[in-house]
Amino acid sequence: MAAGKEIRTQISSIKSTQKITSAMEMVAASKMRKAQDRMELGKPYAQRIRNVVGHLANANPEYKHLYLQEREVKRVGFIIVSTDRGLCGGLNINAFKAAIKSMKEWSDKEIDIDLCLIGAKGAAFFNSYGGNVVAAVRDIGEAPSVADLIGTVKVMLDAYSEGTIDRLFLVGNEFVNTMTQTPSVSQLLPLQADDDSKLKHAWDYLYEPGAKELLDGLLIRYIESQVYQSIVENAACEQAARMIAMKNATDNAGDIIDNLQLVYNKARQAAITQELSEIVGGAAAV
Amino acid sequence: MAMTVHCDIVSAEQQIFSGLVEMIVAAGTEGDLGIAYGHAPLLSGLQPGPIRVITQSGDEEVYYISGGYIEVQPHTVTVLADTALRAEDMDEAAALQAKEEAEKNLTNRGGEFDYSAAAVQLAEASAQLRTLQAIRKKLGK
Repeated sequence: MAAGKEIRTQISSIKSTQKITSAMEMVAASKMRKAQDRMELGKPYAQRIRNVVGHLANANPEYKHLYLQEREVKRVGFIIVSTDRGLCGGLNINAFKAAIKSMKEWSDKEIDIDLCLIGAKGAAFFNSYGGNVVAAVRDIGEAPSVADLIGTVKVMLDAYSEGTIDRLFLVGNEFVNTMTQTPSVSQLLPLQADDDSKLKHAWDYLYEPGAKELLDGLLIRYIESQVYQSIVENAACEQAARMIAMKNATDNAGDIIDNLQLVYNKARQAAITQELSEIVGGAAAV
Repeated sequence: MAMTVHCDIVSAEQQIFSGLVEMIVAAGTEGDLGIAYGHAPLLSGLQPGPIRVITQSGDEEVYYISGGYIEVQPHTVTVLADTALRAEDMDEAAALQAKEEAEKNLTNRGGEFDYSAAAVQLAEASAQLRTLQAIRKKLGK
Protein backbone atom coordinates (compact mmCIF):
# COMPACT_ATOMS: atom_id res chain seq x y z
CA MET A 1 0.00 0.00 0.00
CA ALA A 2 2.95 2.33 -0.61
CA ALA A 3 1.17 3.96 -3.60
CA GLY A 4 -1.97 4.35 -1.49
CA LYS A 5 -0.22 6.57 1.01
CA GLU A 6 1.21 8.77 -1.73
CA ILE A 7 -2.21 9.23 -3.26
CA ARG A 8 -3.67 10.08 0.14
CA THR A 9 -1.13 12.85 0.71
CA GLN A 10 -1.73 14.16 -2.80
CA ILE A 11 -5.47 14.26 -2.16
CA SER A 12 -5.04 16.13 1.10
CA SER A 13 -2.68 18.68 -0.49
CA ILE A 14 -5.13 19.32 -3.33
CA LYS A 15 -7.93 19.66 -0.79
CA SER A 16 -6.03 22.41 1.01
CA THR A 17 -5.39 24.17 -2.33
CA GLN A 18 -9.10 23.91 -3.04
CA LYS A 19 -9.88 25.56 0.28
CA ILE A 20 -7.57 28.46 -0.59
CA THR A 21 -9.03 28.97 -4.07
CA SER A 22 -12.61 28.86 -2.81
CA ALA A 23 -11.73 31.40 -0.10
CA MET A 24 -10.13 33.64 -2.75
CA GLU A 25 -13.25 33.30 -4.86
CA MET A 26 -15.41 34.58 -2.03
CA VAL A 27 -13.02 37.43 -1.24
CA ALA A 28 -13.00 38.45 -4.91
CA ALA A 29 -16.80 38.37 -5.02
CA SER A 30 -17.13 40.81 -2.13
CA LYS A 31 -14.35 43.06 -3.44
CA MET A 32 -15.97 43.08 -6.86
CA ARG A 33 -19.13 44.55 -5.42
CA LYS A 34 -17.16 47.38 -3.82
CA ALA A 35 -15.17 47.98 -6.99
CA GLN A 36 -18.38 48.15 -9.01
CA ASP A 37 -19.79 50.72 -6.59
CA ARG A 38 -16.64 52.79 -6.99
CA MET A 39 -17.03 52.58 -10.76
CA GLU A 40 -20.59 53.88 -10.50
CA LEU A 41 -19.57 56.73 -8.17
CA GLY A 42 -17.04 58.04 -10.67
CA LYS A 43 -19.45 58.02 -13.58
CA PRO A 44 -21.33 61.30 -12.96
CA TYR A 45 -18.09 63.33 -13.03
CA ALA A 46 -16.89 61.66 -16.22
CA GLN A 47 -20.32 62.24 -17.79
CA ARG A 48 -20.51 65.91 -16.71
CA ILE A 49 -17.00 66.78 -17.76
CA ARG A 50 -17.59 65.10 -21.12
CA ASN A 51 -20.69 67.29 -21.55
CA VAL A 52 -18.74 70.43 -20.68
CA VAL A 53 -15.93 69.52 -23.08
CA GLY A 54 -18.56 68.65 -25.70
CA HIS A 55 -20.13 72.11 -25.23
CA LEU A 56 -16.69 73.66 -25.57
CA ALA A 57 -15.99 71.88 -28.83
CA ASN A 58 -19.29 73.19 -30.22
CA ALA A 59 -19.17 76.64 -28.73
CA ASN A 60 -16.64 78.20 -31.12
CA PRO A 61 -14.25 79.35 -28.43
CA GLU A 62 -12.02 82.23 -29.41
CA TYR A 63 -9.07 80.08 -28.42
CA LYS A 64 -8.42 76.75 -30.13
CA HIS A 65 -6.69 74.54 -27.60
CA LEU A 66 -3.76 72.29 -28.50
CA TYR A 67 -5.64 69.22 -27.28
CA LEU A 68 -8.41 69.85 -29.80
CA GLN A 69 -6.12 70.13 -32.85
CA GLU A 70 -5.30 67.22 -35.11
CA ARG A 71 -1.69 67.15 -36.28
CA GLU A 72 0.60 64.96 -38.32
CA VAL A 73 1.56 61.82 -36.39
CA LYS A 74 5.26 61.20 -35.86
CA ARG A 75 5.15 59.49 -32.49
CA VAL A 76 2.31 58.06 -30.42
CA GLY A 77 1.83 57.41 -26.71
CA PHE A 78 -0.04 54.60 -25.00
CA ILE A 79 -1.31 54.57 -21.43
CA ILE A 80 -1.78 50.92 -20.51
CA VAL A 81 -3.83 50.02 -17.46
CA SER A 82 -3.16 46.64 -15.85
CA THR A 83 -3.58 45.02 -12.46
CA ASP A 84 -1.01 44.82 -9.68
CA ARG A 85 -1.63 41.18 -8.90
CA GLY A 86 -2.04 38.05 -10.96
CA LEU A 87 -4.41 35.09 -10.62
CA CYS A 88 -7.10 36.83 -12.62
CA GLY A 89 -7.29 34.68 -15.72
CA GLY A 90 -6.52 36.19 -19.10
CA LEU A 91 -7.52 39.73 -18.12
CA ASN A 92 -4.12 41.39 -18.41
CA ILE A 93 -2.82 39.39 -21.32
CA ASN A 94 -5.97 40.16 -23.35
CA ALA A 95 -5.47 43.88 -22.77
CA PHE A 96 -1.76 43.59 -23.67
CA LYS A 97 -2.63 41.72 -26.85
CA ALA A 98 -5.07 44.48 -27.85
CA ALA A 99 -2.37 47.07 -27.06
CA ILE A 100 0.28 45.23 -29.06
CA LYS A 101 -2.06 44.85 -32.03
CA SER A 102 -2.79 48.56 -32.05
CA MET A 103 0.90 49.39 -31.46
CA LYS A 104 1.88 47.21 -34.40
CA GLU A 105 -0.34 49.25 -36.71
CA TRP A 106 1.71 52.30 -35.80
CA SER A 107 5.12 50.62 -35.87
CA ASP A 108 4.34 49.25 -39.34
CA LYS A 109 4.12 52.88 -40.44
CA GLU A 110 7.51 53.40 -38.77
CA ILE A 111 6.05 55.54 -36.04
CA ASP A 112 7.72 55.27 -32.62
CA ILE A 113 5.80 54.50 -29.47
CA ASP A 114 6.09 55.74 -25.89
CA LEU A 115 4.51 53.71 -23.11
CA CYS A 116 3.05 54.73 -19.79
CA LEU A 117 2.31 51.74 -17.60
CA ILE A 118 -0.16 51.65 -14.75
CA GLY A 119 -0.01 48.50 -12.61
CA ALA A 120 2.78 46.04 -11.79
CA LYS A 121 1.75 43.40 -14.33
CA GLY A 122 2.09 45.83 -17.22
CA ALA A 123 5.57 46.82 -16.02
CA ALA A 124 6.67 43.17 -15.84
CA PHE A 125 5.20 42.32 -19.23
CA PHE A 126 6.59 45.25 -21.19
CA ASN A 127 10.01 44.84 -19.56
CA SER A 128 10.36 41.48 -21.27
CA TYR A 129 8.41 42.44 -24.40
CA GLY A 130 10.29 45.67 -24.93
CA GLY A 131 9.07 49.19 -25.55
CA ASN A 132 10.06 52.68 -24.55
CA VAL A 133 8.56 53.13 -21.07
CA VAL A 134 8.48 56.80 -20.07
CA ALA A 135 6.32 56.62 -16.95
CA ALA A 136 5.04 53.96 -14.61
CA VAL A 137 2.99 53.71 -11.47
CA ARG A 138 2.24 50.61 -9.41
CA ASP A 139 0.57 49.57 -6.16
CA ILE A 140 -2.42 51.85 -6.67
CA GLY A 141 -4.45 49.55 -4.47
CA GLU A 142 -8.11 48.71 -4.57
CA ALA A 143 -9.32 52.22 -3.87
CA PRO A 144 -7.29 54.37 -6.25
CA SER A 145 -7.41 58.13 -5.86
CA VAL A 146 -6.98 60.71 -8.57
CA ALA A 147 -3.98 62.09 -6.68
CA ASP A 148 -2.07 58.87 -7.44
CA LEU A 149 -2.30 59.40 -11.18
CA ILE A 150 -1.66 63.11 -11.53
CA GLY A 151 2.07 62.56 -12.08
CA THR A 152 1.77 59.72 -14.56
CA VAL A 153 -0.81 61.49 -16.67
CA LYS A 154 1.18 64.71 -16.56
CA VAL A 155 4.22 63.01 -18.08
CA MET A 156 2.17 62.01 -21.11
CA LEU A 157 0.30 65.32 -21.35
CA ASP A 158 3.57 67.24 -21.18
CA ALA A 159 4.98 65.03 -23.92
CA TYR A 160 1.92 65.87 -26.00
CA SER A 161 2.15 69.61 -25.31
CA GLU A 162 5.85 69.66 -26.16
CA GLY A 163 5.14 67.82 -29.41
CA THR A 164 7.06 64.65 -28.46
CA ILE A 165 3.97 62.58 -29.06
CA ASP A 166 1.16 63.48 -31.44
CA ARG A 167 -1.51 61.08 -30.34
CA LEU A 168 -2.37 59.45 -27.02
CA PHE A 169 -4.26 56.22 -26.51
CA LEU A 170 -5.67 54.54 -23.44
CA VAL A 171 -5.74 50.76 -23.13
CA GLY A 172 -7.75 49.04 -20.44
CA ASN A 173 -10.53 46.58 -19.80
CA GLU A 174 -14.19 47.34 -20.15
CA PHE A 175 -16.55 45.83 -17.61
CA VAL A 176 -19.42 44.31 -19.58
CA ASN A 177 -20.68 42.01 -16.84
CA THR A 178 -19.27 39.60 -14.28
CA MET A 179 -18.55 36.95 -16.90
CA THR A 180 -17.27 39.21 -19.67
CA GLN A 181 -14.55 41.83 -19.72
CA THR A 182 -13.39 43.13 -23.06
CA PRO A 183 -10.12 44.95 -23.71
CA SER A 184 -10.57 48.41 -25.18
CA VAL A 185 -8.25 50.86 -26.93
CA SER A 186 -9.52 54.43 -27.05
CA GLN A 187 -8.03 57.69 -28.23
CA LEU A 188 -7.50 60.34 -25.55
CA LEU A 189 -5.73 63.03 -27.53
CA PRO A 190 -6.47 64.92 -29.65
CA LEU A 191 -10.00 65.04 -28.30
CA GLN A 192 -12.63 63.87 -30.69
CA ALA A 193 -15.58 66.23 -30.76
CA ASP A 194 -19.03 64.82 -30.19
CA ASP A 195 -21.31 64.78 -33.18
CA ASP A 196 -24.07 66.10 -30.96
CA SER A 197 -25.07 69.07 -33.11
CA LYS A 198 -27.88 70.35 -30.91
CA LEU A 199 -25.76 73.31 -29.86
CA LYS A 200 -24.49 74.25 -33.30
CA HIS A 201 -25.54 77.90 -33.15
CA ALA A 202 -22.72 80.30 -32.36
CA TRP A 203 -22.53 81.01 -28.68
CA ASP A 204 -19.73 81.07 -26.22
CA TYR A 205 -19.12 80.97 -22.52
CA LEU A 206 -18.02 83.87 -20.41
CA TYR A 207 -14.59 82.80 -19.28
CA GLU A 208 -13.17 83.62 -15.87
CA PRO A 209 -10.24 84.21 -15.83
CA GLY A 210 -9.35 83.53 -19.49
CA ALA A 211 -10.29 80.82 -21.94
CA LYS A 212 -6.70 79.61 -22.16
CA GLU A 213 -6.01 79.08 -18.44
CA LEU A 214 -9.44 77.59 -17.96
CA LEU A 215 -9.25 75.16 -20.83
CA ASP A 216 -5.72 74.09 -19.84
CA GLY A 217 -6.94 73.06 -16.41
CA LEU A 218 -10.27 71.66 -17.53
CA LEU A 219 -8.90 69.48 -20.30
CA ILE A 220 -6.21 68.07 -18.00
CA ARG A 221 -8.98 67.21 -15.51
CA TYR A 222 -10.91 65.60 -18.33
CA ILE A 223 -8.03 63.35 -19.36
CA GLU A 224 -7.31 62.49 -15.73
CA SER A 225 -10.92 61.57 -15.12
CA GLN A 226 -10.90 59.35 -18.21
CA VAL A 227 -7.76 57.58 -16.95
CA TYR A 228 -9.15 57.34 -13.42
CA GLN A 229 -12.40 55.90 -14.70
CA SER A 230 -10.50 53.35 -16.73
CA ILE A 231 -8.45 52.32 -13.68
CA VAL A 232 -11.52 51.93 -11.50
CA GLU A 233 -13.23 49.94 -14.22
CA ASN A 234 -10.13 47.77 -14.59
CA ALA A 235 -10.19 47.13 -10.83
CA ALA A 236 -13.77 45.89 -11.10
CA CYS A 237 -12.75 43.72 -14.05
CA GLU A 238 -9.82 42.34 -12.05
CA GLN A 239 -12.03 41.16 -9.19
CA ALA A 240 -14.64 39.69 -11.55
CA ALA A 241 -11.97 37.86 -13.57
CA ARG A 242 -10.32 36.60 -10.39
CA MET A 243 -13.64 35.36 -9.08
CA ILE A 244 -14.23 33.34 -12.27
CA ALA A 245 -10.63 32.08 -12.38
CA MET A 246 -10.80 30.93 -8.76
CA LYS A 247 -14.17 29.31 -9.31
CA ASN A 248 -12.68 27.31 -12.20
CA ALA A 249 -9.67 26.41 -10.08
CA THR A 250 -11.93 25.16 -7.27
CA ASP A 251 -13.97 23.08 -9.74
CA ASN A 252 -10.81 21.63 -11.29
CA ALA A 253 -9.42 20.74 -7.87
CA GLY A 254 -12.69 18.91 -7.18
CA ASP A 255 -12.33 16.92 -10.43
CA ILE A 256 -8.74 15.98 -9.63
CA ILE A 257 -9.72 14.89 -6.13
CA ASP A 258 -12.51 12.69 -7.56
CA ASN A 259 -10.10 11.05 -10.01
CA LEU A 260 -7.47 10.47 -7.35
CA GLN A 261 -10.05 9.05 -4.98
CA LEU A 262 -11.05 6.56 -7.66
CA VAL A 263 -7.43 5.53 -8.25
CA TYR A 264 -6.91 5.22 -4.50
CA ASN A 265 -9.98 3.02 -4.03
CA LYS A 266 -8.95 0.79 -6.92
CA ALA A 267 -5.44 0.39 -5.50
CA ARG A 268 -6.89 -0.42 -2.09
CA GLN A 269 -9.24 -3.05 -3.50
CA ALA A 270 -6.46 -4.57 -5.62
CA ALA A 271 -4.28 -4.88 -2.52
CA ILE A 272 -7.05 -6.56 -0.54
CA THR A 273 -7.79 -8.95 -3.39
CA GLN A 274 -4.13 -9.79 -3.67
CA GLU A 275 -3.81 -10.48 0.06
CA LEU A 276 -6.89 -12.68 -0.03
CA SER A 277 -5.62 -14.71 -2.95
CA GLU A 278 -2.27 -15.05 -1.20
CA ILE A 279 -4.00 -16.41 1.93
CA VAL A 280 -6.18 -18.76 -0.12
CA GLY A 281 -3.15 -19.87 -2.15
CA GLY A 282 -1.15 -20.40 1.05
CA ALA A 283 -3.97 -22.43 2.64
CA ALA A 284 -4.31 -24.60 -0.49
CA ALA A 285 -0.56 -25.27 -0.47
CA VAL A 286 -0.63 -26.56 3.13
CA MET B 1 -42.12 80.35 -5.64
CA ALA B 2 -38.64 81.23 -6.73
CA MET B 3 -37.19 79.97 -10.00
CA THR B 4 -34.81 77.05 -9.57
CA VAL B 5 -31.89 75.63 -11.50
CA HIS B 6 -30.58 72.11 -11.49
CA CYS B 7 -27.27 71.84 -9.70
CA ASP B 8 -24.78 68.97 -9.70
CA ILE B 9 -21.67 68.91 -7.55
CA VAL B 10 -19.46 66.01 -8.61
CA SER B 11 -15.89 64.94 -8.00
CA ALA B 12 -13.99 62.25 -9.92
CA GLU B 13 -14.53 59.83 -7.06
CA GLN B 14 -18.14 60.49 -6.10
CA GLN B 15 -21.30 62.52 -6.58
CA ILE B 16 -21.55 65.11 -3.83
CA PHE B 17 -24.85 66.86 -4.51
CA SER B 18 -27.58 66.77 -7.11
CA GLY B 19 -30.90 68.55 -7.10
CA LEU B 20 -32.89 71.72 -7.72
CA VAL B 21 -31.55 74.84 -6.05
CA GLU B 22 -32.50 78.50 -5.84
CA MET B 23 -28.98 79.76 -5.68
CA ILE B 24 -25.37 78.64 -5.57
CA VAL B 25 -22.64 80.72 -3.96
CA ALA B 26 -19.11 79.68 -4.87
CA ALA B 27 -15.64 81.17 -4.54
CA GLY B 28 -14.47 81.74 -8.12
CA THR B 29 -10.88 82.59 -8.96
CA GLU B 30 -11.92 86.15 -9.77
CA GLY B 31 -14.19 86.56 -6.77
CA ASP B 32 -17.32 85.11 -5.26
CA LEU B 33 -20.11 84.08 -7.59
CA GLY B 34 -23.80 83.90 -6.80
CA ILE B 35 -25.70 82.01 -9.46
CA ALA B 36 -29.47 81.90 -9.85
CA TYR B 37 -31.90 80.88 -12.61
CA GLY B 38 -31.17 82.27 -16.07
CA HIS B 39 -27.50 83.09 -15.61
CA ALA B 40 -25.49 83.55 -18.82
CA PRO B 41 -23.28 80.63 -19.90
CA LEU B 42 -20.17 80.85 -17.78
CA LEU B 43 -17.08 78.77 -17.23
CA SER B 44 -14.94 79.65 -14.24
CA GLY B 45 -12.23 78.22 -12.06
CA LEU B 46 -12.96 77.76 -8.36
CA GLN B 47 -10.73 78.40 -5.38
CA PRO B 48 -10.46 75.91 -2.55
CA GLY B 49 -13.28 76.85 -0.20
CA PRO B 50 -16.89 76.33 0.72
CA ILE B 51 -19.78 76.16 -1.73
CA ARG B 52 -23.19 77.18 -0.44
CA VAL B 53 -26.34 75.95 -2.09
CA ILE B 54 -29.81 77.16 -1.18
CA THR B 55 -32.14 74.31 -2.01
CA GLN B 56 -35.70 74.48 -3.32
CA SER B 57 -37.08 74.20 0.20
CA GLY B 58 -34.99 77.16 1.33
CA ASP B 59 -32.48 75.13 3.31
CA GLU B 60 -28.86 76.05 3.07
CA GLU B 61 -26.22 73.37 2.57
CA VAL B 62 -22.47 73.92 2.61
CA TYR B 63 -19.84 71.72 0.97
CA TYR B 64 -16.10 72.14 1.06
CA ILE B 65 -14.18 71.60 -2.15
CA SER B 66 -10.44 71.80 -2.81
CA GLY B 67 -10.74 73.77 -6.03
CA GLY B 68 -12.26 72.84 -9.35
CA TYR B 69 -14.44 74.34 -12.07
CA ILE B 70 -17.97 75.58 -12.41
CA GLU B 71 -19.99 75.44 -15.61
CA VAL B 72 -23.15 77.48 -15.85
CA GLN B 73 -25.89 76.99 -18.42
CA PRO B 74 -29.19 78.84 -18.10
CA HIS B 75 -30.94 75.78 -16.64
CA THR B 76 -28.12 73.75 -15.14
CA VAL B 77 -25.08 74.41 -13.02
CA THR B 78 -22.28 71.85 -12.79
CA VAL B 79 -19.51 72.04 -10.22
CA LEU B 80 -16.56 69.83 -11.10
CA ALA B 81 -14.72 69.51 -7.79
CA ASP B 82 -11.10 68.45 -7.46
CA THR B 83 -10.38 65.73 -4.96
CA ALA B 84 -6.78 66.72 -4.36
CA LEU B 85 -5.16 70.08 -3.76
CA ARG B 86 -3.43 71.10 -6.96
CA ALA B 87 -0.34 73.19 -7.39
CA GLU B 88 2.08 73.38 -10.30
CA ASP B 89 5.16 72.27 -8.32
CA MET B 90 3.26 69.44 -6.59
CA ASP B 91 2.13 68.11 -9.98
CA GLU B 92 5.69 68.43 -11.23
CA ALA B 93 7.03 66.37 -8.32
CA ALA B 94 4.44 63.67 -8.96
CA ALA B 95 5.43 63.56 -12.65
CA LEU B 96 9.11 63.15 -11.74
CA GLN B 97 8.20 60.30 -9.41
CA ALA B 98 6.35 58.49 -12.20
CA LYS B 99 9.38 58.87 -14.48
CA GLU B 100 11.70 57.51 -11.77
CA GLU B 101 9.44 54.53 -11.30
CA ALA B 102 9.70 53.79 -15.03
CA GLU B 103 13.50 53.96 -14.92
CA LYS B 104 13.62 51.79 -11.82
CA ASN B 105 11.56 49.18 -13.66
CA LEU B 106 14.02 49.13 -16.53
CA THR B 107 17.18 48.84 -14.44
CA ASN B 108 15.85 46.57 -11.72
CA ARG B 109 14.89 43.44 -13.58
CA GLY B 110 15.46 41.08 -10.65
CA GLY B 111 13.08 40.36 -7.82
CA GLU B 112 9.47 40.07 -8.79
CA PHE B 113 10.07 39.64 -12.49
CA ASP B 114 12.16 36.48 -12.01
CA TYR B 115 9.52 35.20 -9.65
CA SER B 116 6.70 35.59 -12.15
CA ALA B 117 8.77 33.99 -14.94
CA ALA B 118 9.55 31.07 -12.64
CA ALA B 119 5.89 30.75 -11.75
CA VAL B 120 5.01 30.48 -15.45
CA GLN B 121 7.65 27.75 -15.96
CA LEU B 122 6.34 25.89 -12.94
CA ALA B 123 2.78 26.06 -14.26
CA GLU B 124 3.95 24.75 -17.66
CA ALA B 125 5.87 21.89 -16.06
CA SER B 126 2.98 20.86 -13.87
CA ALA B 127 0.59 21.00 -16.83
CA GLN B 128 2.91 18.69 -18.78
CA LEU B 129 3.08 16.39 -15.79
CA ARG B 130 -0.68 16.24 -15.56
CA THR B 131 -0.97 15.47 -19.27
CA LEU B 132 1.53 12.65 -18.84
CA GLN B 133 -0.44 11.31 -15.91
CA ALA B 134 -3.66 11.44 -17.91
CA ILE B 135 -2.01 9.59 -20.85
CA ARG B 136 -0.60 6.96 -18.51
CA LYS B 137 -4.00 6.47 -16.93
CA LYS B 138 -5.60 5.98 -20.33
CA LEU B 139 -2.96 3.44 -21.37
CA GLY B 140 -3.27 1.66 -18.04
CA LYS B 141 -6.96 0.99 -18.57
